[in-house]
Amino acid sequence: MKSILRAWLYLLPALLFLGVFLVYPLVDVMIYSVEEGYNSTSGASFGVGLYNFAYVLRDPFFLMALRNTVLLVAITVPLSTGIALLISLGLASVKKLRHLFQTIYFLPYVTNTLAVGLVFMILFKKTPYTDGLANLFLRIFGAGPVDFIDGPYWAKMFVLCFYTIWVVMPFKILILTSALASVNDDYYKVARIDATPRWRVFTRITLPMISPMLFYLIVTGFIGAFKAYSDAVALFGVNLNAAEMNTIVGYVYDMLYGDSGGYPSYAAAAALILFAIVLTVTTVNLMVSRKHVFYD
Amino acid sequence: MKVTLVHLTKKFPKHDRKTRGEVTAVNDLCFDIPSGKLVGLLGPSGCGKSTTLNLISGLEKPTGGRILFDGEDVTDLPPEKRGIGLVFQNYALYPHLTVLQNILFPLQNLRGEEKLSKEEMAEKAGEAARLVQIEGLMGRRHRELSGGKQQRVAIARALVKHPRILLLDEPLSNLDARLRLQTREEIRRIQRETGVTTVFVTHDQEEAMSISDEIVVMREGVIQQIGKPQEVYDLPRNLFVAKFLGTPPVNVFRGRIENGSLFIGDEAVLPVPGLPAGGVTVGIRPEGFLPDPAGAFSLRLSRVEVMGRDTSVVAAHPASESGAVRAIISSEEAPDPACETVRFSLKRNKVLLFSPEGGEERIPFGGDGAGKEGKA
Repeated sequence: MKSILRAWLYLLPALLFLGVFLVYPLVDVMIYSVEEGYNSTSGASFGVGLYNFAYVLRDPFFLMALRNTVLLVAITVPLSTGIALLISLGLASVKKLRHLFQTIYFLPYVTNTLAVGLVFMILFKKTPYTDGLANLFLRIFGAGPVDFIDGPYWAKMFVLCFYTIWVVMPFKILILTSALASVNDDYYKVARIDATPRWRVFTRITLPMISPMLFYLIVTGFIGAFKAYSDAVALFGVNLNAAEMNTIVGYVYDMLYGDSGGYPSYAAAAALILFAIVLTVTTVNLMVSRKHVFYD
Repeated sequence: MKVTLVHLTKKFPKHDRKTRGEVTAVNDLCFDIPSGKLVGLLGPSGCGKSTTLNLISGLEKPTGGRILFDGEDVTDLPPEKRGIGLVFQNYALYPHLTVLQNILFPLQNLRGEEKLSKEEMAEKAGEAARLVQIEGLMGRRHRELSGGKQQRVAIARALVKHPRILLLDEPLSNLDARLRLQTREEIRRIQRETGVTTVFVTHDQEEAMSISDEIVVMREGVIQQIGKPQEVYDLPRNLFVAKFLGTPPVNVFRGRIENGSLFIGDEAVLPVPGLPAGGVTVGIRPEGFLPDPAGAFSLRLSRVEVMGRDTSVVAAHPASESGAVRAIISSEEAPDPACETVRFSLKRNKVLLFSPEGGEERIPFGGDGAGKEGKA
């Protein structure tokens, strides 16, 4: 009995902290989302209902943010995971300068997101004085110039995806490199003696062995990409609606603090919709993984 | 298939970057592995036995020398072209595959003319599974199997392509003592049934002695002795081999020869006519002591350990170079533990003499190892 009390005592600080900063806001968000006509000055509302959700789902700015977010997720998660896997496999097979390469590939991870975003903007931006480095490159192939920052939608989406992939890659490479290194070499030796073709070694031995890590990266990749916001701000500035580059989290922020903000109920509804989407995607991920992920 | 190693040498660069240089893991190895035999490579860790196995398998390339399979030079052949089966110490079973899928794996790699139909594969896998007696476990995964069963699966996978030679790297090290006994009999049986030339690596001399047709004792990359287990035990070429084989290990004493007698301390323990006078290193197997109240060799008794059928007498002697002296005698002849000294006579063929300097080679003397029992 005494030890149980003591256990609770030890847990108390963490529980208090989580309660105040995690559970309470979560409950609060749910309450906000169903309060119709909430006025932040008076703190009063007309009543309880699902109007906020209906409003958000009909709001063209939300739909734009939703489309951008879904596109971003659908493009960057598979691409970044796939490219990270290729790079990790490459890193695992080189011997010379391996540490140098590892460092280079890991550099973006320790670099500030906004700083990197600004550099990207300079690379891609077209100004009256210069077309930017990316356009110089395009000119070699006789294309362009394209304004990637203030230009057509696809160009902006391309930059955002490119940037996102570049930013999330180092962590994935780090995880996959260590996952590959942890596969016991004896498996490869046995496979070699059995004259296993390279592709089969990869699909039948390497992939199953690193599947838990791969799965982890895919799930966290989905979650991270759905929460994208700061990347878009770094590239296109704070007025994302004008740039047609807003994301769901950006929409939530705008509803709270943006120029047209002050609507915590709409923000809460949008946040809960995002939560529902992420929950669904993660559940689907988990169901798919049952069949394909192997845990030792 | 006969395997011939000709002046086989393997050097590794030193890991330490500061001291450049090489480590010779295997040094000028020359020996034949006779066709259809079970050969044990034996030695302490770091003696080059695993490297030798890797060289035979082709996983390592030799720095010098040749490897011949039935006279055909395979030194430059990659492992997959050599027709070998290999079982690792940790078995290296693919954990995400079932037993059946593991055994099928090598067959599914066959391409071109060698490609097998599904039925042929199933038949071969079944045959291999029957051989190692795991037919009932085909749907299981490796973590659902005991260590011994995993071992069998690994052997089945190695044998399913009918390799020309089977290589086992420390096959019993991961098993507990009881399974080890069972499994080594199993390896012996499988080897007899298939007749496949088998080489296995072990640091456990008992394991090697009990199942090998021939053992190869190695030390620091150099072969110390090759021969039938009993021969090597009875007539070790040098002190290292004598010490390495046998549990409990051989007792080593400083001795000298004077007037045709072997002296340990002040006692003439054994007549050795014809040997020149001088210092020698004496090895006496634990079973070489015969309790004898009139025996020439006296030791100070430390304790008596009863081990059922046998009794182990632990004693001390100032000339001992291997610490406490251990004698194994029949329990009926056990001395009274209260005694202070205990006297023995020596079995002539259990006494080994080594030259005290150089390679500590064994000095042959009349009657040793010939199976005669002489009393001093």
